[in-house]
Amino acid sequence: MSFRIIVLAKQVPDTRNVGKDAMKADGTVNRAALPAIFNPEDLNALELALRIKDQMEDCEVIVLTMGPFRAAEIIRESLYRGADKGYLITDRKFAGSDTLATSYALSLAVKKLQPFNLLISGRQAIDGDTAQVGPQAAEKLHIPQITYAEEVLAVTNDSITVKRRLERGVEVVKSSLPCAITAHSSAPACRYRLAKNIMKYKHARTVTELQNETKDYTELYNLRPYLQLDEWTADDLLADVSWLGLSGSPTKVKKIENVVFQAKDSKVLSSSDEDIDNLMKELLNSHVIG
Amino acid sequence: MANFYLDNENLKFHLSHPLMEKIVRLKEKNYIEKDQYDYAPRDFEDAFDSYDKVLEVVGEISGDIIGPNAEGVDHEGPQLIDNEVRYAPGTVDNLEALKNAGLIGMSLPREYDGLNFPMIPYVMAAEIVSRADAGFANIWGLQDCAETIHEFASDEIKKEYLPRFNKGATAAMDLTEPDAGSDLQAVQLKATFNPEDKTWYLDGVKRFITNGDADISLVLARSEPNTTDARGLSLFVYERASKAVTIRRIENKLGIKGSPTCELVFRNAPAKLIGDTKLGLIKYVMSLMNSARLGVGAQSVGIAEAAMREARKYAEEREQFGKPIIQYPAVFELLTNMKVKTDAIRSLLYETARFVDIYKAYTFISQERKLDAAEREDYKNYLKLADMFTPLLKLVSSEYCNQIAYDSLQIHGGAGFMKDFPIERIYRDARITTIYEGTSQLQVVAAIRGVSTGIYAKAMQNYLSVPVKAELEYLKSVLEKMADQFGKIVEKVNEQESPEFVDFHARRLVEMAGNVIIGCLLLHDANRDDRYAKSADIFIRMGRADNISKVSLINQSHPKDLGAYKA
Repeated sequence: MSFRIIVLAKQVPDTRNVGKDAMKADGTVNRAALPAIFNPEDLNALELALRIKDQMEDCEVIVLTMGPFRAAEIIRESLYRGADKGYLITDRKFAGSDTLATSYALSLAVKKLQPFNLLISGRQAIDGDTAQVGPQAAEKLHIPQITYAEEVLAVTNDSITVKRRLERGVEVVKSSLPCAITAHSSAPACRYRLAKNIMKYKHARTVTELQNETKDYTELYNLRPYLQLDEWTADDLLADVSWLGLSGSPTKVKKIENVVFQAKDSKVLSSSDEDIDNLMKELLNSHVIG
Repeated sequence: MANFYLDNENLKFHLSHPLMEKIVRLKEKNYIEKDQYDYAPRDFEDAFDSYDKVLEVVGEISGDIIGPNAEGVDHEGPQLIDNEVRYAPGTVDNLEALKNAGLIGMSLPREYDGLNFPMIPYVMAAEIVSRADAGFANIWGLQDCAETIHEFASDEIKKEYLPRFNKGATAAMDLTEPDAGSDLQAVQLKATFNPEDKTWYLDGVKRFITNGDADISLVLARSEPNTTDARGLSLFVYERASKAVTIRRIENKLGIKGSPTCELVFRNAPAKLIGDTKLGLIKYVMSLMNSARLGVGAQSVGIAEAAMREARKYAEEREQFGKPIIQYPAVFELLTNMKVKTDAIRSLLYETARFVDIYKAYTFISQERKLDAAEREDYKNYLKLADMFTPLLKLVSSEYCNQIAYDSLQIHGGAGFMKDFPIERIYRDARITTIYEGTSQLQVVAAIRGVSTGIYAKAMQNYLSVPVKAELEYLKSVLEKMADQFGKIVEKVNEQESPEFVDFHARRLVEMAGNVIIGCLLLHDANRDDRYAKSADIFIRMGRADNISKVSLINQSHPKDLGAYKA
């Protein structure tokens, strides 16, 4: 029985390089203006998983992503970097899901892949920044969780030791398996796409994507069944529809405000040690640093 | 988070040249491996898409890792500790990233764990890496040695060595000696065959060896005692693990400081013979040198691109007399000329790489089956073109890249002379390109045959026989006149029946041919994409003026004047 790691990954709008047209007039995100990318901390999560795979004899890394059809790109990206398999959880019934409804759907998908040893996700996604989905999924699966993971120090078939990156230091914790981990951005950056994997998996498509292909690759898919990516719908997950989408989402956005950061005060300092010392003390006292 | 492939649309333009379809078909032998390997392409479109996607990774690693590491690598450089070369930490990172992404051994066949890429995407990767760090590009680019082993070594050696490249093995080509630089026929390092253990042993000194402490080294040595010329030289493969080489020192260089240049002493060092004895220099090293010269072409274009971008950035930001200096004619003319020259050498680079691609693909096909008459004709034609375009490329690209780096530093003014901007490093790195793998002067010695045999003239005719868009006709007619002028002046030089006189004007004649040929290439680029119309126009204008001045100088000279120049 191989050691099974499930990685939760999300496709997000790239909010790091936001231009003027990033927000619509009604305050919602203009997804069309922002490129869809692999959520950065989910890449850290994938790297943690791949590093465990590197050192274990028999280990498989499976990526789960929930989103619209185009989120299949996340699975291909993961395969390019060394994941073994991926599933796209997609259904109109998931539309409008908040963290609770999302973690419900994801936990059902994870259950379909039981038994597993580890569930790893990024700490938070850059579109919502809630950091809730990983912990909520762990709760629904009744497994222990280690958040803010920076490094996996040791892993065996029934335990894992993890270094956590906290605001004021680090903490080393050990947990039994299976358990859930959320990866912090200080965890190692994800490895690059492997040239051979790109060529091997670039034709991987979900059923829905295949319907829109202009080129006929039937022959190829018969030859290499692993190129057919699985899509799971709400029915496949045997989900209770009332727990999904808007009806399953108690979070209601009241208002979105545009905040423009402005520098108001300025202070001229000399390069003397005394001035620098005073500035440091002032910054420490006002908790800007430290 | 720069991507040096995606941010330079010129690369995709050259990748999508019409001749690519033929190149890929030959290289992939009609896509024969499509079901045998899960990463082999199924058709041209599939192969092209793979090159595009893999180059994107090269661009990403170059922009994210190699480029940002370049300054640190330049400052720290490699060290010699306990007879071992330790790369600068940045170099180690760079190699690790490229190895893990499977980007070493790109052109090797799949049976040896390579990607089976044609020269075009491989050379493009070299250009991209060179733009990030030209010194590092040397270490990575020495995977060329794998190509030589693949082409000439026995199956046994191929099976033993080639799969190691994809796993990250580094390589070196040990040719130069203290008394054998440009004149490699003078190589003295001795190779002796011991019949008892049936092994060759190497003894002697090599100097200026790039990456001299590599895992796998190709060594040129004298296997035939009592000989003094090229016919006594053979090529060997030496394994670092044998520990029979002492590294005397790492040279302290002006540029490409991250690339360790070593002096090596071989003492009874076991080695394996590549191919046959006596063909070492005549055949194998000539081929290796041609690859290396193409590599310097790619490196020169990469350096030119980097220098040009630094200049543009600085000129846009730097304000004097109340406005950015890019708005002054003295500066924008320099910038535009830099851009035009970069476009020019890039076009020559990929044209040459296409010629090399086709003849090499035929070479490998011919090892499996006999080529038919038409194929043989095609092979010979492309081989000739590759042989004559390679020295022309090496000459022009390296000289231009130095001019561009010089002008870029000039645009930076006093700031460029300080260590604060990347241009000072780029400027120093550029300097070696006209020297190693054959100096510019030696490239002229090779390229003048392209003038005397008429190969350049024929290439010009071929280019000019292709129709172009109406709005580009005026450029074509200028080029026709330039080709005509070139033919006449060659005739005039030859009329003197003085070999020394031809040698004296050789560089001028080769450069004139280069101006016409590059003009033709840019014309065709413009014909394919309007974006190149400006570069074609300006280059042809410059080339015409340059050729007129050269003709004027040649016309004023006579064999009897040569005495005035003699030392």
